Amino acid sequence: MSTQAAVRTVPYKEKAPFDYSSYMRKGKLPHIWCPGCGHGIVLKSLLRAIHATGMQQNDIAIVSGIGCSSRTPGYVDFNTLHTLHGRALAYATGLKLAKPKLKIIVTTGDGDALAIGGNHFIHACRRNMDMTVLVYNNYIYGMTSGQSSPTTPQSMIATTARYGSIEPVFNTCEMAKAAGATFVARGTAYHCQELEKTLYDAIMHKGTAVVDILDSCPTYYGRFNKFKNASEMMEKIEKDGTVSVTQATKMTPEQLQGKLLRGIIHKAERPEYCEEYERLMAKAQGK
Amino acid sequence: MTTKKGKQKKFIQGNEACVEGALYAGCRFYAGYPITPSTEIMEVMGARLPKIGGSFIQMEDEIASICAIVGASLGGLKSMTATSGPGFSLMQEGIGYACMTEVPCVVVDVMRSGPSTGYPTGPSQSDVMQAKWGAHGDHPAIVLTPSSVQEVLYETIRAFNLSELYRTPVTILYDEVIGHMREAIILPEPGELHVVERQKPDCSPSEYKPYEVRNNKVAPLAAYGEGYRFHVTGLYHAADGFPTGNTKLIQEANERLVKKVDENKEAIWKNEEFFLDDAEIGVFAYGVCAKSAKFAVKELRSKGIKVGLLRPLTIWPFPDAAVEEMAKQVKTIIVPEMNLGQIVHEVQRASRGKCEVRGIFRVDTDPIHPKQIMNAILGKPVEATVIPDEVMIERDMIDG
Repeated sequence: MSTQAAVRTVPYKEKAPFDYSSYMRKGKLPHIWCPGCGHGIVLKSLLRAIHATGMQQNDIAIVSGIGCSSRTPGYVDFNTLHTLHGRALAYATGLKLAKPKLKIIVTTGDGDALAIGGNHFIHACRRNMDMTVLVYNNYIYGMTSGQSSPTTPQSMIATTARYGSIEPVFNTCEMAKAAGATFVARGTAYHCQELEKTLYDAIMHKGTAVVDILDSCPTYYGRFNKFKNASEMMEKIEKDGTVSVTQATKMTPEQLQGKLLRGIIHKAERPEYCEEYERLMAKAQGK
Repeated sequence: MTTKKGKQKKFIQGNEACVEGALYAGCRFYAGYPITPSTEIMEVMGARLPKIGGSFIQMEDEIASICAIVGASLGGLKSMTATSGPGFSLMQEGIGYACMTEVPCVVVDVMRSGPSTGYPTGPSQSDVMQAKWGAHGDHPAIVLTPSSVQEVLYETIRAFNLSELYRTPVTILYDEVIGHMREAIILPEPGELHVVERQKPDCSPSEYKPYEVRNNKVAPLAAYGEGYRFHVTGLYHAADGFPTGNTKLIQEANERLVKKVDENKEAIWKNEEFFLDDAEIGVFAYGVCAKSAKFAVKELRSKGIKVGLLRPLTIWPFPDAAVEEMAKQVKTIIVPEMNLGQIVHEVQRASRGKCEVRGIFRVDTDPIHPKQIMNAILGKPVEATVIPDEVMIERDMIDG
């Protein structure tokens, strides 16, 4: 069954309680994520969003690079591909073009997507191939024990920024938008129900959809930067540090200072790459 | 143009022959990045694949290209990329990933002078060790070295076949001269040459294990999106494809990976022997050097000198047995190479001290001249260049 035929036409609604077990590879648990890590929350939102689309597990491929968030594919029961550091989008591009009926979901992190994989990130956005890219953004390299990443805020501590980072940060959403992604959104692990809706919209979007997901690493980022615990991190960074796009319309520029927007930040209509390739083939074949 | 037997004949360059071979073998996906002197492969692929329903994509770099072909291969398509030295360096991690995950694909390296940007439009054979050892970790390598346009076509088909048979990336290694030289070749007719199709699982999806070896054969490889939901990772993994930290499994997995090719090397080896039967002096030459070597051997045979040529079409796994056999028979083996001495060390190792081994190395981006090889065979000094100064022309440097 093609993914398109399986898509539900009813508007999105939250459903609870939800049975995650049919989407999990239960024998592969426990996962490697630390207590207090937000990745599990994001994964649950993702699975609920996938369920809501009605797409079949056989028709979805989950592709990742290297890092904590990139371990996601090993735990979930889809076509799963755990690749090289930074290269998830390049593998995903080949797979999608070879098998256009597959819905591609990429789980990647701030270091994986924006540092080592930065080139593939901007070119994937430019091509607008149909894939959903989840950037689990916890401002640090977790798997290698807390080095600074392209999203580590200035002055914050990491093992490779002992005196506070002096590097300016990337804004994932602005970069995705500038590079040509046709769906750009931000969510947080704290706002997990809102994230679920955002991910649903992202998956349903035809084209490259990037979702920047603010997420906490209490083990490294939290400890180094004197957060008391994981919940304090979530409140300070994910709750107090963001406003929804609707809230933002009622706020002054002063009030918006230092806040990141949540929700759908950018949406555009542009031909999807694989459909363009279909047209190119017809042209080459003189049809 | 057709031959007397009605076969299609074409006057094309090596890079075009590579495309003909790939398409004949069933390649339906190409991802690449432009680089001299391999670019024609990409250009012709871009024109041909859409016509037959195949996929072509120009990626942002060579790293993305190798990753994309592995992704496409997991989607069930026979896939290929082509590059030259600098791009081949960038691809090494991805080639290692394809070895580790046992995903069939073909990588063409049309060698040019290096290191670094070097001399992009001049030939070289200096990637021959990189083709074996470029990726980190112990891994299998199958590397083919055609030395004519017709052979590029045949060896490209063989590369796809070996890749599917052993579920491993296969490298085709030739150089700028072979890539750009035009020769008349005969195109094989459909069905004329054997084409290996990927073995698909015959079990149910719930029973499928992507790395389960049965009867000493590699496991069948399902395609994503066809009901077999499996996991692929570059981490050490068990038969089910999931990561493992079990030391016993890791040892076994790495050994199996390397043995998969090593234990089948006799089936992968392919050599041409030329006047070797009664030879007292042997030449071991591959790729473009083999052309000069063959000319030199023919010339000297006409003068009654007992010299023969061993020409490997499979350079990795290295043809140990053939070299040792030759070493038992001859006094000296001459190894001409367009590098500063790479394969000569393998010849030395494989000859096990049974004869003298001498190299002729040339890296000025002109092919080794038959005269140089003849001089070496006759025990005369080997001049670095045999082209008289007056005909040497200053060539324009072209980046790319």
